[in-house]
Amino acid sequence: MLGKSFSTIAFNPDKCNGCNECMTACAWVKTGTSEPAHSRIHVVPGEIEKSWGLALCRQCGTPRCVMVCPSKALTKNTETGVIEWDDNRCVNCGLCTLGCVYAGITYNSLSEHVIKCDLCGGDPACVKACEPRALEFLQGADIYNAWGDLEDLFVPGISACLGCNSELLIRHTLRRIGPNTVVATPPGCIAGVGAVGVNGLTATKTPVFHPLLTNTAAMLAGAKRYYNRIGRDVTMLAFAGDGGAADVGFQSLSGAAERGEQMIFICVDNEGYMNTGVQRSSTTPFGAWTSTTPVGSVLRGKTRDAKPLAIIMMMHNCEYVATASLAFMEDYYRKLDKAVRASEKGMAFIHVFSPCPTGWRFAPGKLIEISRKAVETNLVPLWEYDNSRRKLRFTHSIEKPLPVESYLNLVGKYRHLDEEQIERIQKRADERIELLKSFIDDEEIIRNELAS
Amino acid sequence: MKMIKHEDKIMPKCPYLIIGSSHAGLAAVDAIRMRDSDGSIILISKDKCLPYSPTVLPYVVSGEADPEEVFLRDETYFQTSGVTFMRGCEVKSLDVEAKKVILDSGEEVAYEKALVASGASPKLPPIPSLESTPYHVLRTIEDALRIRAASANKPSAIILGGGLIGMHAAENLAKAGLEVTVVEMQPQILPGYFDAQAASMIHKVFADRGVRILTGHAVTHVTASNSACAVSLENGLDLSGHLLLVATGVEPNTGFVKPNEIELDQGILVDDRMRSSASGVWAAGDVAQASSFRGSERVLNGILPDAVDQGWTAGMDMVEDPAFIPYRGGIPTNTYTFFRNHAFSVGITSLQAEGEEFQVDLMVSSSGLRYQKLVYQDELLVGASAINANLDPGILSEMILSRVSLEKVKTRFAREPLDTGRLIMSSLWR
Repeated sequence: MLGKSFSTIAFNPDKCNGCNECMTACAWVKTGTSEPAHSRIHVVPGEIEKSWGLALCRQCGTPRCVMVCPSKALTKNTETGVIEWDDNRCVNCGLCTLGCVYAGITYNSLSEHVIKCDLCGGDPACVKACEPRALEFLQGADIYNAWGDLEDLFVPGISACLGCNSELLIRHTLRRIGPNTVVATPPGCIAGVGAVGVNGLTATKTPVFHPLLTNTAAMLAGAKRYYNRIGRDVTMLAFAGDGGAADVGFQSLSGAAERGEQMIFICVDNEGYMNTGVQRSSTTPFGAWTSTTPVGSVLRGKTRDAKPLAIIMMMHNCEYVATASLAFMEDYYRKLDKAVRASEKGMAFIHVFSPCPTGWRFAPGKLIEISRKAVETNLVPLWEYDNSRRKLRFTHSIEKPLPVESYLNLVGKYRHLDEEQIERIQKRADERIELLKSFIDDEEIIRNELAS
Repeated sequence: MKMIKHEDKIMPKCPYLIIGSSHAGLAAVDAIRMRDSDGSIILISKDKCLPYSPTVLPYVVSGEADPEEVFLRDETYFQTSGVTFMRGCEVKSLDVEAKKVILDSGEEVAYEKALVASGASPKLPPIPSLESTPYHVLRTIEDALRIRAASANKPSAIILGGGLIGMHAAENLAKAGLEVTVVEMQPQILPGYFDAQAASMIHKVFADRGVRILTGHAVTHVTASNSACAVSLENGLDLSGHLLLVATGVEPNTGFVKPNEIELDQGILVDDRMRSSASGVWAAGDVAQASSFRGSERVLNGILPDAVDQGWTAGMDMVEDPAFIPYRGGIPTNTYTFFRNHAFSVGITSLQAEGEEFQVDLMVSSSGLRYQKLVYQDELLVGASAINANLDPGILSEMILSRVSLEKVKTRFAREPLDTGRLIMSSLWR
């Protein structure tokens, strides 16, 4: 059981509207009635209006219900993580209800035995019934379980700042894409943390090289054409910062995209020149403090909006374009798989949101929370564009976003913002979503409407 | 990962020795394995079978539990977990100086750290003639099977003790068609778990099903007569029955512990890490006398959930787990199902003996069998007991143990304890 991750139901109380459809769905699936007493999931009204809490089995790692069961009627399934209840062994003593502090297993007086969630065998009815998507079925655990089967292609140890997502990004990406890859890392944090190696030794088990800030895409294009000529099938992969992609690196990237060069180009966007003294870049958002967009009596951070690089790449008719945030690893893995396939035909571009504890001023432990909140506020919407259909698709719901403050308040570079600036950031975020929506597949919209 | 060097070549020393294989011992094994995946563990059990819970035994008597299907661990577990299970071995003495135990076979097992989780045995009442009368107790699987076999051909039974074991047995024997009489010395059944009012409601359910319960009477004399036995009470009443079950409580199994080496009172005295006074020796479960959640006295709290908590605490401390959390102290708590009714009790339920200021919310349904009592001390919940009420005992128990303040939600909690409790635990999650 140790070291294994499992799929789980997550509850986002901010999105819950108290409709109780989850309870009806659960009761229906389990008993064929809509009697809420039969539901294994319970939504309870909160202390303030329109707030809700949840009582549901957490499928604990060290389940106390299992430990206090005198007849071994409860066991944790080490394959699925589900705590399973065996009616035949249960003696109806009720001690499990005393062992659980979340009301995850409860005594049902109608059926005269205890009831608990079994995750519906991996396809929970409550999640499907949750219109506002307050319930989510997280299956990212599969990634971490398969992690050990994939070869680690990067040196142990990395010289990144504490709390940087570069190690998470490099190790996952290389393990997934595999060893048959040539990696390019232009000047920037990824090269700076040791990716290109030290003293003539490389840090990857794949060939890796260090192009100029300006010519990453051009060099990879040349290498790929050479391999094509000699008949070897090799994946080309770039890890470039926003400088090497959106600023001075843009002309070679734009050119390669236009020519349809076969590669995966990953922009590791930390919204500025973080390893050279925190200067602004063209992807630094409006209002952000940097050392060149200071906060004083006149200036209040950056006065211009960020360049929407991913949208610009979509307009290049790349084979595949996607945005990603590593708080949503399963989403990133799906996009990597598509990018690998797309790179056989042409350019696959992935824009990875990469918060920087050092330059953005936040505590190292906050990385994932910030990566998640940026998505949930719609400041970093997750989407993908597939050139074969020439349509865009959101991969994380953009409905009912959190207010932008719930992200901005977590990040030190926005500490000085006044109301007017926040209002503008909110307005721009909303406008960006409207713009993206105009690229959505109409059929997808109809499908979503039918589903709800 | 803690590394233990196995350098002693003369007598193999086991890093972890655990005496007793029920809930406390098994919880300790699990806690140790969270940190130390391969340090060898020896688990010693008096029983000849796989580990089981004494709590399941009334259900073995009734036939609800198959005696072959009650085991808490299977053979495969011991083949794969690195835990050596020595079954049918009784520990004769524990030598804390030499750090070894001597078994009934004469075999010696040396240890680095030992946990005493040897449980308890039936405590017999001081009735002079009891020893010469055939009687049953219910503590081992053999006891359960013996009662089951005996009940098949006996028309009546007398049960001494109206606690949980006695009442469970009374129900099962009554269902098996025996005429049952329960004798309880206290003025009510289930003392310690339910107050007089709740107990009398439960009492009535039994009486309605033909079980005779005599409370407030001590037994003065027992005699055997042919296939039956006669029981005399202090009020002069004489009873006779064909099966005698003594269920008047339990006492810790400390016979192998030398009182001059380990501090003993009623059980082995332990601190909030479950450490005994002897270095390298922990104790947990029914054998341990540990801190009480209320008050400074150390108490025997012989209940299953507490055995798990104590065993887990001991295991974490033995393996030096950095996430160690000290034992919070025990509260009386249990669940009790009788004749398809569902009851539980957590913390303070009877106010008489406490001498402190409490506030009570009491709800009794005059029609159906329904009872709900919530006991507060200012903004804290300190006790809850109920019969057929829709409540979460685990949540109420945690609210008491983690001293959740009800200051802001007291009115709502009194009105909707189920939802309010669930909301509190939902917000405390993570």
